Amino acid sequence: MGTGHDDAPSAVRVRRLEERLIGAGLATDAELEAVLAGLYRNASPLNGARMVARAWADRHYAQRLLADGNAAAAELGFGTPGYRLKVVANSPGRHNLVVCTLCSCYPVSLLGPSPSWYKSLAYRSRAVREPLAVLGEFGLALPPGTEITVWDASAENRYLVLPARPPGTGGRAEPALAALVTRDGLIGTAAV
Amino acid sequence: MSLPPGTRVRARLADPDHHTRLPRYVRGHTGEIIEAAGEWPLPDDVARGISPPRAETVYSVRFPAAALWGQGTHHVVVDLWESYLEEAG
Repeated sequence: MGTGHDDAPSAVRVRRLEERLIGAGLATDAELEAVLAGLYRNASPLNGARMVARAWADRHYAQRLLADGNAAAAELGFGTPGYRLKVVANSPGRHNLVVCTLCSCYPVSLLGPSPSWYKSLAYRSRAVREPLAVLGEFGLALPPGTEITVWDASAENRYLVLPARPPGTGGRAEPALAALVTRDGLIGTAAV
Repeated sequence: MSLPPGTRVRARLADPDHHTRLPRYVRGHTGEIIEAAGEWPLPDDVARGISPPRAETVYSVRFPAAALWGQGTHHVVVDLWESYLEEAG
């Protein structure tokens, strides 16, 4: 690896676990690599951004996205294996924030590998308790009176935030709209 | 039991010896069902190697922050397996 993360306790634990699994004959190195490659090969926040851009450009797609996230992801060729994808829409006066308090559940195929802060004890414990303060630390100041809903994900039910379309973006084509969307916007720690 | 949206439910207070996906911070608190979120294997059974695990309806339950923390105006939605809940009446 040589990325400087080798000494991180979790990396050490994962490597020991891998060695135990391989040593016990439960899996081979190649199998473990294949699982990881399959999980991350096409995983990117660009996928979630494309879904958002399509929803901004096409209100019928937006309706389908909110009604059935898995089917709407599949329309654009994105897999969401083994869980229900629920898309929650921001609008003026309403903001959504996603967290997984018990671990780090997250739609990897649509958002890419999760950021380390998403897995941190601080974010996981504070997002449900004081979201306004957490959002403030991310640099997001919501208008006073905004209703905040925090969605605590599980492995079986995962969430994607549909940010509100920024003003002044009328007439832009989907690729230009998708370029406005950030991973943090899809989690709810940024406006877009 | 099949609970319609709007049903008031209380998360069970009991602390099981085994793995569960019922977060401690909602235990004993009352919320409102938003919707059913599918039928899924009960994590408590899966973690204990019980085969086949019970499959239960999972409900998205909305709790007011003020009830959970004594302050705050936001809401928290948690997906909870049916056996984690009892009707609050």
